Amino acid sequence: MQKPIAATFVAAVFLGCSALGWNTARAAEPSAQELRSLDEQVQEIKTDVLAIAAELSALEEQLLFPSSTQVSVFVSLERPDAFRLDAVRVTIDGELAAHHIYSFKELDALASGGVQRIFTGNLPGGEHELAVTVVGKLPSGKDYQQTEQFTFEKSIDPRLLGIALAGPGAGEAAIQLNDW
Amino acid sequence: MRRQVHVLLLFAAVALMAPAGIAAQAPQRDLYFAEAVFWAKQGLYFDALERLDTEITQHRGLDEPELDTLYPFIHDAEFFVGDFELNFRMHHRAGRAIAAVLEGNVPEVVRNEAAYRLARIHFQKGQLKDALIAIERIDGRVPAEIRDDVDYLRANIYLATARPEEARPILRRLQGARALTGFPEYNLAIADLQEQDTEAALHQFEKAGSVKASDESTRAIRDKSNLVRGTLLLEAGRYDEAKTALERVRLDGPFSNQALLSAGWADTHQSRYEKALVPWNILVARNRTDPAVQEAMLALPYAYGALNVHGRAAVLYNQALESFGSELNRLDASIEAIREGRFLEALVREEIRKDRDWVIRLRSLPEAPETYYLMELMASHDFQTGLSNYLDMEDLRRRLSRWGASFDAFDGIIAARRDYFEPRLPALDKQFRDVDSRRRLRLEQHEILSDRLQSMLVAPRPEFLATTGERVVSARLEALREGLDADADAELIERIGRLQGLITWQVKTAYHERLTAFYGHLQDSQQAIDLLTEQYDAYVRVRQAATHSYVGYDRTIKRLRTRVGEASSRIDRLMARQGYLLEQVAIRELEARSRRLEGYEERARYALADSYDRATAAQAAVETALPAGVEGE
Repeated sequence: MQKPIAATFVAAVFLGCSALGWNTARAAEPSAQELRSLDEQVQEIKTDVLAIAAELSALEEQLLFPSSTQVSVFVSLERPDAFRLDAVRVTIDGELAAHHIYSFKELDALASGGVQRIFTGNLPGGEHELAVTVVGKLPSGKDYQQTEQFTFEKSIDPRLLGIALAGPGAGEAAIQLNDW
Repeated sequence: MRRQVHVLLLFAAVALMAPAGIAAQAPQRDLYFAEAVFWAKQGLYFDALERLDTEITQHRGLDEPELDTLYPFIHDAEFFVGDFELNFRMHHRAGRAIAAVLEGNVPEVVRNEAAYRLARIHFQKGQLKDALIAIERIDGRVPAEIRDDVDYLRANIYLATARPEEARPILRRLQGARALTGFPEYNLAIADLQEQDTEAALHQFEKAGSVKASDESTRAIRDKSNLVRGTLLLEAGRYDEAKTALERVRLDGPFSNQALLSAGWADTHQSRYEKALVPWNILVARNRTDPAVQEAMLALPYAYGALNVHGRAAVLYNQALESFGSELNRLDASIEAIREGRFLEALVREEIRKDRDWVIRLRSLPEAPETYYLMELMASHDFQTGLSNYLDMEDLRRRLSRWGASFDAFDGIIAARRDYFEPRLPALDKQFRDVDSRRRLRLEQHEILSDRLQSMLVAPRPEFLATTGERVVSARLEALREGLDADADAELIERIGRLQGLITWQVKTAYHERLTAFYGHLQDSQQAIDLLTEQYDAYVRVRQAATHSYVGYDRTIKRLRTRVGEASSRIDRLMARQGYLLEQVAIRELEARSRRLEGYEERARYALADSYDRATAAQAAVETALPAGVEGE
């Protein structure tokens, strides 16, 4: 259930504090209709730009990451309370593919079930090595770092790999590679 | 000075639900859906919408959608899109999307949730009739997690449409709902006020003002309840009760300035001027752009004057005059800066927009009068909507500009690929044709042999498996036999017959062995053909990939380039209009603020002169009363 917040209340009570009461609504009144009309036009342009973004995104994917070579790596946080995630480093076949340092907002998004696409690139078919290093802090304040190595096959279809981070205490599941 | 307690109570609309947020936890799990949640949770609704829209569109285009990972979550995904659209201020589209779910062939719980969401959108947009129609479509089972929200919204719609008698039983039932603590109580008080039952309302505000609060929203509604209750009591002349209510408002909450001001007036009305000094002294030390603080700057010396401390009153009136004067100068500078176009430039400064508290930080910028009053301007709903739209369009403008530049890069990539592949492809194609003809030949041979094997399995044909030597010898023997006439040597004919018989013997006795070997060779041949086919397919794929890497993009890129250009022009025009309106609203509001301050300034000037007169008169009275010898000591 969502919590109603006070800021979203339409002021049920307007307190006029003096005879010289300053009414903001009245000052803006002459242009209110025009603002509403503009608001509708802004909504339309947003729809149009979203449509362009979708088409452009498809074009980019086709042009830059064709399905026969496309590999994407995603990161999810399985136990957000187990540790504070600071950074994730991903190497593929010994080459650095991604090194991401997390902001507060990103951590919050991961903790809420969001999944981050940390890498999209091209790889030839065959077997590949993936190494994932996780850097963070434990609830005790100690530094935490762990690296895991995986192998995966790339066929002619796009390959989606999920790195599920459960942190220390999860044993072998601390860093897991899932196939999506 | 007589404080005019002029309380405007306007109970038009009551509590609005928060703009649709994102559910606390994303469903487990479609990858792209979860990726959209990742963006949305960071407030990046454009990216979230783009991701989830694409995913849903692809899902709808599938022949067997039930095999897709999104299938179990499709209704959630559709609702999330609606939420994202609302948060991205696209109410029309959100409404249409949710209405589509409502009209679709969906389970009862999904339909009811859609009706709730649609009602919420209409309510937020002030379309109360539509909100009522939508909420009344809810029938049957409602998902447990939104049951209280549905009832709360229903009650709010009834209140907003002046039907308190229908809202009341719902709100009573909701009083125990933990996630809504304080809100049903507050709205019950509003229902009482709508029915002109002030005493009952005061009682309800009392309840709402004493709830236990563990989060900021509950603390805020508790403060608000106490403030409204205090204001009502103040207006009713019940000053002690008013003060008790007002003193419950937190000193660091959003309603504290108004509460402090009213608390001072509650004492003043009972001539307890010394007590009024306490809240007003706290208030005058606060942000001087706040109307309550500005009023306290006049009220405080008024109280000192009433206590016959005219000298102190004069000093404070003087300070108020100076403060109002500098505030007026600042307002003039702000209005001037806005007229010069610096306001809009400041709003879209990249380094400021990256900061969470950018609105507050704008104030601390040196030499930036154009944005000094932004927080105060944000109190206006029209300004807030206009500003949000302006900033959204700035974001879109930047995206479009970036996309526009990327088309040249795409052209470059395509040209480089064409330059690389085109000279190489003819030679490769020739090799491919050779491989292909060999493959076809093999395939034909394999087919003939397979047919032969099949026929031999049905009816044994040993002669098919005769060796080349046996065939040659057999043919020669047959030729010899045909060359002999009827008078030929009988022994010779017999010898030829024996030799033919020997060959036949060999062919027939070795038949099964030869058939097995034949089958084995056919299998080997199949493997060779499979390998050739694999090479052929791989070549076709690579050949197609090579072609696809640079062929067929021109029209798409050209079309997108045109659309991006057109959208950019439209955004430029809309931003200019929106910016102009924002400037006008800002200027009008700042001018109104100036007029109010000029009024205060005038009052302060008169009061200052009066205080000087009184101070001088008091001094003269003291001097008159003192013996001559004491003067000057």
